Amino acid sequence: MNGVDRLLRLGDDALIAAQRLAEWHASSPEMEEDVALANIALDQLGAARLFLTYAGESLGKDEDALAYLRDDREFRNCLLVELPNGDFAVTMAKLLFLSAYQLPLYTALAARPDERLAAIAAKARKESAYHLDHGSQWTIRLGDGTEESHRRMQDAVDQIWPYTHELTAGEVSRTDWLANVEPVLDEATLARPADDGWAPDGGRSGVHTEHLSCLLAEMQVVHRAYPGARW
Amino acid sequence: MVTPRQAAAAVVDPELRVLTIEELGILRDVRVDGERVTVTITPTYTGCPAMDVIRADVQQAVRAAGYSDVAVETVFAPAWTTDWISDAGRAKLAAAGIAPPHRAGPVRLSLTVRCPRCGSPDTEQLSRFGSTACKALWRCRACAEPFDHVKAL
Ligand SMILES: [Zn+2]
Repeated sequence: MNGVDRLLRLGDDALIAAQRLAEWHASSPEMEEDVALANIALDQLGAARLFLTYAGESLGKDEDALAYLRDDREFRNCLLVELPNGDFAVTMAKLLFLSAYQLPLYTALAARPDERLAAIAAKARKESAYHLDHGSQWTIRLGDGTEESHRRMQDAVDQIWPYTHELTAGEVSRTDWLANVEPVLDEATLARPADDGWAPDGGRSGVHTEHLSCLLAEMQVVHRAYPGARW
Repeated sequence: MVTPRQAAAAVVDPELRVLTIEELGILRDVRVDGERVTVTITPTYTGCPAMDVIRADVQQAVRAAGYSDVAVETVFAPAWTTDWISDAGRAKLAAAGIAPPHRAGPVRLSLTVRCPRCGSPDTEQLSRFGSTACKALWRCRACAEPFDHVKAL
């Protein structure tokens, strides 16, 4: 994997995660959560802009060209971030699993010789720690909550789990990822799914689910309808 | 005569309006090379939406001090943390009813935050994410007032 590929993966994970989280805006279960998810989306968007700007310098494109003018096959994000939000439990499972991956990834990147990448990662890592904490707290609250919330949280974990294999197929080991996830599932009284099941992938090479196409259609439509439009 | 450094340092943060960008710790350097002034700032959070406003305000302030060739650069290392907020800045936050962050160390959510109005330690977090990326929303159980807290980062 060359430097540009890595930057596109990092940037696309953050960009698509931000776009999905933004869908909760004004429809979260409570107002505080609305603000929380918007803030996490903003953190992801901030990181995405830095990674994509950096990647674009090697490709002769700016951040907007990369975000708005690429088609689905050109995106390098993992499948997990493009999956629909589902109910609130699914969104929290996605948040927990993604941040349990981004935190050790950014920590490792912060020590790399590429100073610019290291500086962005060191910055984003601090924000990831808050995201992981938020996802963990909700997973525990719902898992160790009522019969209904427990059932929904377990369903969410089971549903998203297959997509976590793609996260740990690269620079973050399964062991490091599980170290962030297992204690949370334990405390939440949730069963950890087995690791020998279905393991969809393809996101890193541009083979996505149909959900990404729908997400991109909404995210890109204004920019494509009015090329060069500015706020 | 206002120096470029003094002009940039006096710019007010658009989201924490009681603090200057120097007190907040996001002003990293002011360099003068002949006619050109280069101001270096760093964001509090990567997605901080106030950065564009801060850049424009710095430009305007340094120009008003008589320097027409102004460049504003952004750096990310060393990363900003709440430890960069000066003691004067902390005092100003508290005086404005915003509980300042704890000093140093990893994020310890179990530490109590004192109510900036009545000083009571009997407070609770309502939401980890507040009106801006850098704040959390808290409430005092003693005087029942909600307040902002600049969360440790
Ligand atoms: Zn009080």
